[in-house]
Amino acid sequence: MSNIPTDLRYTRDHEWAKREGGNVRVGITHYAQEQLGDVVFVELPKVGAKAAQRQSFGVVESVKAVSDLYAPVSGEVVEVNAQLGKTPELVNQDPYGRGWMIVIKPSNPAEWDQLLTAKQYEEHLAQGPH
Amino acid sequence: MDMPLKRTPLYGIHVKAGARMVPFGGWEMPVQYTSIVEEHRAVRAAVGLFDVSHMGEFEVEGPEALAALQHLTTNDVGALEAGQVQYSLLCYPDGGIVDDLTLYRLGPERFMMTVNAANIDKDWAWVTERSATRRGARWRNVSAQTALIAVQGPRAEALVGRLADRDVAAIGYYRFAAGAVAGGQALISRTGYTGEDGFELYVGAADAMRLWQALLDAGAGAGARPIGLGARDTLRLEMRYALYGNDIDQTTNPIEAGLGWVVKLAKGEFIGREAIERVKSEGPRRRLVGLEMADRAVARHGYPVLKDGQAIGIVTSGSYGPSVDKSIALAYVDTAHAAVGTELGVDIRGQARPARAVKTPFHPPRVKKAP
Repeated sequence: MSNIPTDLRYTRDHEWAKREGGNVRVGITHYAQEQLGDVVFVELPKVGAKAAQRQSFGVVESVKAVSDLYAPVSGEVVEVNAQLGKTPELVNQDPYGRGWMIVIKPSNPAEWDQLLTAKQYEEHLAQGPH
Repeated sequence: MDMPLKRTPLYGIHVKAGARMVPFGGWEMPVQYTSIVEEHRAVRAAVGLFDVSHMGEFEVEGPEALAALQHLTTNDVGALEAGQVQYSLLCYPDGGIVDDLTLYRLGPERFMMTVNAANIDKDWAWVTERSATRRGARWRNVSAQTALIAVQGPRAEALVGRLADRDVAAIGYYRFAAGAVAGGQALISRTGYTGEDGFELYVGAADAMRLWQALLDAGAGAGARPIGLGARDTLRLEMRYALYGNDIDQTTNPIEAGLGWVVKLAKGEFIGREAIERVKSEGPRRRLVGLEMADRAVARHGYPVLKDGQAIGIVTSGSYGPSVDKSIALAYVDTAHAAVGTELGVDIRGQARPARAVKTPFHPPRVKKAP
């Protein structure tokens, strides 16, 4: 069974979101990294870029495939994980920790409540292949 | 109509081992067991087992078998001795490639060819129709009865040697011998698709499971592990081995693909000869080159290759190369920009990413040339 921390919120596209003070840290789930396989490249926005909920903010490339990354909430990108430039495999090794991708300063706090809870995300995964 | 996917005799053992199964050329095959990168490195460092039973095997025998093959394939079958293997091509009259293959001379009038899984039906129709009038060449499609296990890596010789009833170290590169491996009859071929030393073991479908398990058990201490098609692709890409459907197909000819070495114009008539000779004498318009990317973004099949912002080619295969730790690719580019060292770009999601034409193979091969 996939590792789904209960203190995070999730998108249907397999990103996680974590509240930190007023900001939201974003990455992809354990399930997503497992499906992708070896991550070899992550393309992320620059600090200061605008993210829009459900819109692509970057891409993650594994050996076999390229996948878009979707923002869980709208806002300004205030931090980017520069370590992924040199060691993209952190996404596989530690998807909820050192494999984080960006931090967003939300512009619409109401969007948080539209994200899936851990239980809802688990149900979403149980519905079959995505 | 959606045809059901075919399964090799080893399907059950892959699923049990936790492999991720994917459709590939009409077959349900393991793409990876744990991680493509890990599996790739295991083959370079130790030894890996590949189920390639989905590949097709045709036998042809009789007094006209040699003549039929000389007409059908581009390499010189006359130069092939019994016990020897030859890489070759089937071409259309316009020089486009029907398939690439390995050809085995089993005896004076008996041969076997191994073809790509996705092309079995097409190739079978092609070879039998094109030699229908030769009654002295009898064809047999033995694909369904034949399983194929590749054992590749620096520890392959020791592993196969432990299970074989003959001295496999004495089998030279691109040579083969009959023998028993783990108690079952096998054709032991010193060939592969990884750039490492190793063998391809042709066995009856009923023997496949036992052989696979015996290889895994005997090789456990040496790090033997099953390897999926994902790592097979990155291993062959580092060697610049062509992949049918990506780097070569009916629209590409052997000269532009860099496969002129398997076209023997001096042998006489064969299908595609005139067209290939023309391309050779005029010089190809484009060439298949190796590209190394400046960053790790992956140049994938179909992405445009750029020179000063203009599209001058197209990527045919691309991946992260675990042994070279770089993003690498093969691409057809206009001959004017094909020289090693040329600075190019690849359009990746609308951005021109710097690339350079480099010498191939990307990683030095370690096949065992002399017995």
